[in-house]
Amino acid sequence: MVLAVVIPDRESRLRELLASMNHAPGRVDRENRLVPFARFPALHMARLVLLDDKTTGDVRAHGLEPREYPLYLAFLGDIDGAERDFLEELAAKAGEGLREIFSCCEGFSPEDDLVGWMWSHRSPPLANYVNTRGRTVRQVHQEAALYEALEKRMDGSPEEFAGLNPREVHSRLRKFSGEEQAAGRLTLSPEEPTPAGWWIRDKLHLVGMPLLMLLLSPILLLALPVYLIILRHREKTDPEVVPVYDQEAADHLSELEDHDVTNQFSAMGSLKPGLFRLLTTYAVLGVVDYAARHLVHAGRLGRIRTIHFARWVFVAGKERMIFCSNYDGSVESYMDDFINKTGFGLNASFSNGIGYPRTNWLIRDGCRAEGKYKEYLRRHTLPTQVWYKAYPGLTAVDLERNTRIRKGLDTTNLSREEALEWAKLL
Amino acid sequence: MNAQVDFSDVQGLVRFGYKRMTKAHYDLLQVKDAGAAREWLRQAPVTPAETRDPPPKTALQVAFTVEGIRALGTDESIIEGFSHEFRSGMAASFKARQLGDTGKNAPENWEWGGPGKEPHLLVMLFGEPDVFEDFLSAQTGGLYQQAFELQACLDTADLDGVEPFGFADGISQPKIDWEQKKKSREIVYTYENLSALGEFLLGYPNEYGNLTRRPLVDDNALSSSLDPAPEDPRKRDLGRNGTYLVLRQLDQDVRKFWDFIRKQTGSEDPDADGLAAAMVGRHRDGSPLVKPSGQGDDDNNFNFDADPEGHQCPFGAHVRRANPRNADYPERPRNIFRKLLVTLGFGTPGFRDDVMSSVRFHRILRRGREYGSELKPEDAKGPPPADEPPRGLHFICLNANICRQFEFIQNAWLNSTKFAAMTGERDPLVGNHEPPAGCPVANHFNRPGKDGLRQRVTGLETFVTVRGGAYFFLPGLRALRYLAGP
Repeated sequence: MVLAVVIPDRESRLRELLASMNHAPGRVDRENRLVPFARFPALHMARLVLLDDKTTGDVRAHGLEPREYPLYLAFLGDIDGAERDFLEELAAKAGEGLREIFSCCEGFSPEDDLVGWMWSHRSPPLANYVNTRGRTVRQVHQEAALYEALEKRMDGSPEEFAGLNPREVHSRLRKFSGEEQAAGRLTLSPEEPTPAGWWIRDKLHLVGMPLLMLLLSPILLLALPVYLIILRHREKTDPEVVPVYDQEAADHLSELEDHDVTNQFSAMGSLKPGLFRLLTTYAVLGVVDYAARHLVHAGRLGRIRTIHFARWVFVAGKERMIFCSNYDGSVESYMDDFINKTGFGLNASFSNGIGYPRTNWLIRDGCRAEGKYKEYLRRHTLPTQVWYKAYPGLTAVDLERNTRIRKGLDTTNLSREEALEWAKLL
Repeated sequence: MNAQVDFSDVQGLVRFGYKRMTKAHYDLLQVKDAGAAREWLRQAPVTPAETRDPPPKTALQVAFTVEGIRALGTDESIIEGFSHEFRSGMAASFKARQLGDTGKNAPENWEWGGPGKEPHLLVMLFGEPDVFEDFLSAQTGGLYQQAFELQACLDTADLDGVEPFGFADGISQPKIDWEQKKKSREIVYTYENLSALGEFLLGYPNEYGNLTRRPLVDDNALSSSLDPAPEDPRKRDLGRNGTYLVLRQLDQDVRKFWDFIRKQTGSEDPDADGLAAAMVGRHRDGSPLVKPSGQGDDDNNFNFDADPEGHQCPFGAHVRRANPRNADYPERPRNIFRKLLVTLGFGTPGFRDDVMSSVRFHRILRRGREYGSELKPEDAKGPPPADEPPRGLHFICLNANICRQFEFIQNAWLNSTKFAAMTGERDPLVGNHEPPAGCPVANHFNRPGKDGLRQRVTGLETFVTVRGGAYFFLPGLRALRYLAGP
């Protein structure tokens, strides 16, 4: 995420620029003049969002006067490969457009080195979730094309397939896929090797974090009772701030949504004041990040299967945070999924934000106050000015299906059961 | 909070379908003269939900859109207490995308309820045939004419429990926990048809054990007849004993439907190949494709646990989309360790595992009626004679949370091309088969086969067209009088 302060008297200019990247609100022009997203083969999703947080006054509930924050512009992308390489590519293909955008931000001058400037304005996420690590944009497109070709082949001659058993179907389609590839109509690139440096860092992280925890465990164990006492006290006394959100603002958010089977979500809020909640945030998001990186099944965040990418990032300092995600379906089903399937995780991370519905033992209740929670979340949601997704029409479950089909086709000899499971995917 | 429901304060439609009153008539009205409208509302004999002996032979029910509540002069601070979706209405442009009201179904093409054509009031009149006409003229006399302008008048037809396509309808209904015996539980492992009262009536705990947000008004002389609000003793509960009513007029092209079935099956027999039944998920007599699990012939007493692969009832069948009959968890975990695994996402690696929301948060109470004349499947062959009147369903449902109940079912289940990990198909019966952006098709219908391969129907046509719709508030009787003013 690149984060920059907007120069106040250039805000309206910036809003115009951002609007010019869309065909209509919520519908990006994939080839827009400023950042032609579609020309970046490593880019899954991207967004430009103004961090216009309307809830900074909520800190009054804790007896503090709200601070004046500048308006920030955040530019987020989910990419394959190294960040630095992608920034280089951005500068090469969209340099002029980005200069136009960033010239509305403080500290940017036209003679600046664009890559260096973006690099120095990065904000690393506290926690990051990727639906399926290692699945590239190229792979997504290739597997989607494969799926469509197979479906077309079968729909073209249903009588040919009608009487076949799954293994025969598999071998026939395998042969077809081979012929299509030979004729250059389909491409299925072999998986790219994982860079050695990345692999080593990943394994060090896998082992290092638990080791660190083990080392710290005597201290942590001693601190735990104290922690719980403070937690229980805070939970019972922290104020809830859940006014009904403004109807016009709500309708504006809805105008930006449901243009694709996937939606963007950007939410912002302030952390409850004090060290206690800050430490809890670090701990909870540390666990989330570690689990998302090393533990969870591909395609699943807990029981949720509709999230492509999600991340939690501090905004300039440690007082405010944004949560950005890309999820399938409408916002109502997204919120319901969170409440009913991973309410515990949601409570643990979001209850450190000011005004969150009351939790019990950090993970209980909270979002189970469904009505309050939904008002809370919608009120903290930011309109996302520009949002891009490289593969419209495809959900995370679609991507998983297509990968399963591709993997099945890669295999020569499927058992009867395997072939049956595979055929069900079509 | 668990007080007995005061049935004298609830409009009868919440409790009864008024089946014996085979005549019904819905007036969509604009307020012409607010004073006269309030006067009419004060004296209107709105039928409560009490049982009477002998049962009444007529019934009158009244509901308001947000504009209707405004037209009565209600303060904005009260209106803010209603839900967001009720306030933005069914015809908002973003709503159309969520509900599938695009293309031919777009609100701009509606006969009523579209932009600039939103009604204020819905007045529903029911009666047994011998008394209906007299009741109608008595209720809609001089004051009524002075108060309201008739925007549309929706007539209904009694097709004896069969919807226009020819299938027995109205079988699946949630059972309401009127006595509030059901405990609110965090996780429910088995599907059950009993639904918390608060899912259908405001002012009572819902499936989460919470009170749904609703307008609370200041405690004063005017509001003293209303119940005190449980969450705030200084307030009175304007929402209590009321609910939201969703009305959609759905034209059904019966000829197109059966022509399509005949073309696909190559047979004159409407039941050939079981295709029509597979699309609905029930046979024409209403019996489900999945055998009912209980005793007797209760056609609503079944779930899909015994049919995880969709061999008996396809995943995409209308009744399976509208009510997947599942529970909160993909399985009943054997022990706490297993439960932890499932919760953390390690338990169910199968492709179709755990892709659906739990149904208990997404139930609706259906109260719709058909319109137009009966046309038997055997006779339903196009093209229609030039003067054939339309037929279809005035779909009506009641729910305390339009967004989580009606809209969710329509958006995430019926009209989603991605329902149950599928792609390329919407509800075969009521879906709008325009593909969403980026998707090649949305007009397939798949029937999973035992050998693994699906049997696919392509080129599904759109058999149902939306002609109008709106969200209404169906107030309790005391709340109705409050809105009517002194």
